Amino acid sequence: MNDPWLPYSRGRHAEPVQGAPALLAESLFVTYPGAHGLALRGVSVRVPCGTCAALIGPNGSGKSTLLKAVAGLVSVASGVVRVHGNPVGACHHRLAYLPQRGEIDWAFPISVERLVLSGRYVHLGWLSWPGSRDREIASAALDHLGLSSLADRQIGMLSGGQQQKALLARALAQEADLLLLDEPFNAVDARTQDSIYQAMRSLRDGGKTLVVATHDLSRLDGAFDAVVRLRDGQVETKPLNGVAGKERAWTT
Amino acid sequence: MDYLTAPFRYGFMQNAILAAVLVGVTCAVLGVHVVQRRMAFIGEALAHTTLPGLVIAHLFGWSLSLGGLCAALATALLIGWASRRDAVKEDTAIGVVFTGMFALGVLLMSRTRSYRDLTHMLFGNVLGVTTEDLWFIGGVAAVVLTCLALFHKELELTACDPIYAEVIGLRADLMRFLLLGLVALAVVTGIQTVGVVLTSALLITPAATAALLSDRMPRRMLLGALLATACSVAGLTASYVTETSSGSAIVLCCTAAFMAAYAARSAWHRLRPTAAIPVTKDEPSEVAPA
Repeated sequence: MNDPWLPYSRGRHAEPVQGAPALLAESLFVTYPGAHGLALRGVSVRVPCGTCAALIGPNGSGKSTLLKAVAGLVSVASGVVRVHGNPVGACHHRLAYLPQRGEIDWAFPISVERLVLSGRYVHLGWLSWPGSRDREIASAALDHLGLSSLADRQIGMLSGGQQQKALLARALAQEADLLLLDEPFNAVDARTQDSIYQAMRSLRDGGKTLVVATHDLSRLDGAFDAVVRLRDGQVETKPLNGVAGKERAWTT
Repeated sequence: MDYLTAPFRYGFMQNAILAAVLVGVTCAVLGVHVVQRRMAFIGEALAHTTLPGLVIAHLFGWSLSLGGLCAALATALLIGWASRRDAVKEDTAIGVVFTGMFALGVLLMSRTRSYRDLTHMLFGNVLGVTTEDLWFIGGVAAVVLTCLALFHKELELTACDPIYAEVIGLRADLMRFLLLGLVALAVVTGIQTVGVVLTSALLITPAATAALLSDRMPRRMLLGALLATACSVAGLTASYVTETSSGSAIVLCCTAAFMAAYAARSAWHRLRPTAAIPVTKDEPSEVAPA
């Protein structure tokens, strides 16, 4: 693949292609360096703009790998990934990847506000500092997710659900259109899950596209517009139109 | 009072105090990153590996600072390169490289006759700082502090959330190399004041003290700089009055400050038990409609 990879620097981003889906993957093959076999074997996925898709499947089925391939964190052996019609490395600002909570150093001495403000960095690049407009955007994002009262807290002082929402707020501050969430419901209780779902839905209703890798199969019908099921690095796509009870069939 | 201010009428003491404060502040501010990224061991290693560079420069009559700097930068690159391969873990690579380099330094030292100059390398000689040295120390302080200011948001993000940084095209290993380079620079000036063996104390102790007292990067940097300044002045004065080693006195002041901060923090948490339980309970919070 010789897709352009634009490094971190202000304003060097491709604009979305009209009519293109938010996420398009075609016959995607991914190998992990040093590992045997393929992590993804010919995965094709199409996620239209403004929808919320669940990515399900057992551990090791390739959910995380697919998200990482779309985010440009693992290199693609063959196949095509397009985000809003553009190659992966050309549209950093359109795409927000929310890592599993354990991959962030929550003891790091920064405030929630500053974590959310880091969503603006992709628009700033080197030697440029967040201005008053960036601060306004970040504070609006905090407000949207109901975190305004916690803005001054150190990020480790938040609960698991609040941390997940802080990451969503950062994606909002980034003005990303496609959000990739890796296991956002891990290690949070049912009430917290509710509030994360609520936050996700409000982002979807605001025109964002969400792809969510999850183990939680209990409410696929209500919360998601589509479900992509992975098994052994291969995909099965089924539309989901609020047909209750059907999700049992996809339980792996 | 005269008793305490008297030493600072001498030119060599004025140079010493200026050098100690400049080096202390630079190391403390840089140290906030080093401590937060758990790179304390690598700071120690970089200080020790300057020794063969210093000795070789001494033998050939080159600039000691330059010799030390070359050795430290070479080590930083070597460790960074070696631990990129999965065959060797980073702390193992550091352990192998730094002890080897230090042994080489001691071996070369044993071949020279002038042991006095070499104990200055090991334990520092802040009272012997020349105006030329001061320019070098000032230059390093300017470069290090400027880089930290210019790249603060990138350094912060790559340490806190390296994966997000990678996704927006910002390479975490690049920032780590920058930090290693700055540590190498700072360490070489630290050797002037407290010597090879104790330099990592300047990098780690004030920053660790500040970390006990604040949970914000800029505040830690300010606190660390203030602590380093106070400890440098107090240490030098104490060493003059008691006629003891200046480098050790400065480091011991830093250690005392750390212990005081640790005790103060424990006492604070005991008096206000709520402060020790930081995590808030999950509340189903309202989400505003889009």
